[in-house]
Amino acid sequence: MEYHGSYLKGGPCLALFGKELKYRGVLSWVLSTDHKRIGVLYLIAVVSLFAAGAAIGFFMRLELITRGPTIMTAQTYNSAFTFHGVIMLFLFLIPATPSVFGNFFLPIMIGANDVAFPRLNLLSWWVYMAGAAIAVIALVAGPADTGWTFYAPYSLRTGAKVSLAVFAVFVLGLSSILTGINFVTTVHRLRAPGMAWFRLPLFVWAVYATAWVQILATPVIGVNMLLVISERLFGIGVFDPAKGGDPLLFQHLFWIYSHPAVYIMILPAMGVITEIIPVFSRRVIFGYKAIVYSSLGIAGVGSMVWGHHMFVSGFSYEAGVAFSFFTFLVAIPSAIKVYNWVGSMYKGSILTEPPFLFAMAFIFLFSIGGLTGLILGALSLNVHLHDTYFVVGHFHYVKFGGGGFGFFAALHYWFPKMFGKLYNKKLANYALLILFIGFNALYFPMFVLGLQGMPRRYYDYLPQYSLMQIISTVGSWVLITGLVLMFGNLIYALFRGKDAGPSPWRGATLEWQTPSPPDAENFEAQPKVERGPYHYDGI
Amino acid sequence: METKLSRDYAGAKIGMWLFLLSEVSFFFGPLALYTIFRYRHPAEFRSASTELNLTLGTLNTVILLTSSLFAALSVSAIKKGKEKASALLIALTAVLGAVFLFIKYIEWSAEIGRGFYPGSLALFERGKGEVLYFGLYYFLTGMHGAHVFIGVVLLSITAVLISRRTVNTNDYIKLENSALYWHLVDIIWIYLFPLFYLIS
Repeated sequence: MEYHGSYLKGGPCLALFGKELKYRGVLSWVLSTDHKRIGVLYLIAVVSLFAAGAAIGFFMRLELITRGPTIMTAQTYNSAFTFHGVIMLFLFLIPATPSVFGNFFLPIMIGANDVAFPRLNLLSWWVYMAGAAIAVIALVAGPADTGWTFYAPYSLRTGAKVSLAVFAVFVLGLSSILTGINFVTTVHRLRAPGMAWFRLPLFVWAVYATAWVQILATPVIGVNMLLVISERLFGIGVFDPAKGGDPLLFQHLFWIYSHPAVYIMILPAMGVITEIIPVFSRRVIFGYKAIVYSSLGIAGVGSMVWGHHMFVSGFSYEAGVAFSFFTFLVAIPSAIKVYNWVGSMYKGSILTEPPFLFAMAFIFLFSIGGLTGLILGALSLNVHLHDTYFVVGHFHYVKFGGGGFGFFAALHYWFPKMFGKLYNKKLANYALLILFIGFNALYFPMFVLGLQGMPRRYYDYLPQYSLMQIISTVGSWVLITGLVLMFGNLIYALFRGKDAGPSPWRGATLEWQTPSPPDAENFEAQPKVERGPYHYDGI
Repeated sequence: METKLSRDYAGAKIGMWLFLLSEVSFFFGPLALYTIFRYRHPAEFRSASTELNLTLGTLNTVILLTSSLFAALSVSAIKKGKEKASALLIALTAVLGAVFLFIKYIEWSAEIGRGFYPGSLALFERGKGEVLYFGLYYFLTGMHGAHVFIGVVLLSITAVLISRRTVNTNDYIKLENSALYWHLVDIIWIYLFPLFYLIS
């Protein structure tokens, strides 16, 4: 094990995870088929794009600190919220947890030495980077102003360059599908001897369920984006009311993917939390099978709720009732998970290390996001709250408080394993505290504003909304401070952190049996699995 | 580290089937649009359909079905060790695919020549149902054509690989998977052909 430590003296180097013989230097990374290197490549890309998205969000909030124009024009503001959405959803949240931690840990956790199709895996990173490049070009060349949802018929008519941004979404979708195919096949074919389905770590189950959604739902938005491009280039007419087309059908096809995509963002994050809680409670997970079935249930039922984005679009009342029913139904598997997490902590000997505290923040924020989702899922309330700040508050609590904080929790949980270094725990806790305060100050006022009737995506507002808008903007400053502190702490640890040792948290899943960082082949010998992933006796 | 080549046949096939599943999902969207618009404009869809060239459409269907047969024969040939026959059959499949594209090109040119294309005045005068019919016709046959094109490239590469014996009687998963892809391309056409050509 010391051998690996010496690799890393004086900071991270290109020889991380053993040597790549075929290529040297940077090429040994960007052409590597090692799932761990690809995971780290995704990590670098995803965090950089998150920084860009957060910066755009920061300036949007700054614009809203006073009424009227503050630092940008209305058209710039429209482009800002469009690209904040495109970057945060398609470039950060969808690939974040599955592509970074799924790539790095899914094979190790099932005792394999790589994914089923290593070269396809590298290809999907390159496709992702191509999509990111197209999105950045679109941002520079003349950004779209449609919002990340690209609703027709506006997206067909606006003079802004929509086609390029839409094409970026198509390319990113392709990358997501390839990753999904890889993960499903990996879990079916490459489990180590003794790794029965119900001995799989629950993170693997979560990524597995997610991968099915990626395979089945992503093509629908892909073709929808191609339809928008065809409309803009040739005017085929399917979404254009002037030619007999129907813009509502765009919304249907859009949400048939994009609602399940919410679960692509949240399910892997839930999987991370499910890994963290038993380790730091030193107790076997409560209700293993219930969590497995709830993951599959969320993936299944979550595919039938897309219409709740369209309650006021004018579709039939009966359709509204059905979609509302399924929306309430999908809350059940999510709640099952929350109960199981809390149940796992009961009578445990809890260690309040940073990953555990991040998990607690996740549960708190996700619960607020989930419960406000139920309010929005009720037909009558939705009429009042639709397209208000209430919706904005709700989905930031779910996606950022859930998906984002789940990603941060994973980062703090697995960082010592990935890079062999320990970060400053005290600083990590302070960063979390600042993040948590900033987050609630930024997004909670949005619920109040929404109830008072403030519409989303507006550049300007009436005087009665000023106080809450100012609190929200100040919250964004606190949040950014927390983010800088958190990432700064981790980056510092990369260079100056103490050696982590193979298992700093004493976890029972297979990744903790490898050196930190793991070697090229992951395991010295083929591991044999003889017990479940959450049995801590003797560890 | 040597690139870890997957020799897991079952795994490779699962991967291919998952990809085909995502392809089916891809065509679900526009086919759903077709269903809804045809339900709204049944008469106009029928009258627009008469404007297509049924003879060329049928010919293309026969060509694609035959090519699919050749692809299947190619797979069974390589299983029996007849590598030369297999290479020839898969090359023939690719040639038929190219012929399909050529005929499709003739069809499109003729239709566009007669003024049936998105945004044309001729279509506009015939009503919204026909505009939508031709919009979907060009989109779906265009998407299918793109798949045929990718298939032709894929099959040609496979033919070369067999002739170089990279793909051989002991290691033919690449041929099997390309043939699977080709069958999917064929099946999609089997749906598109009646939906556009045979409704009148």
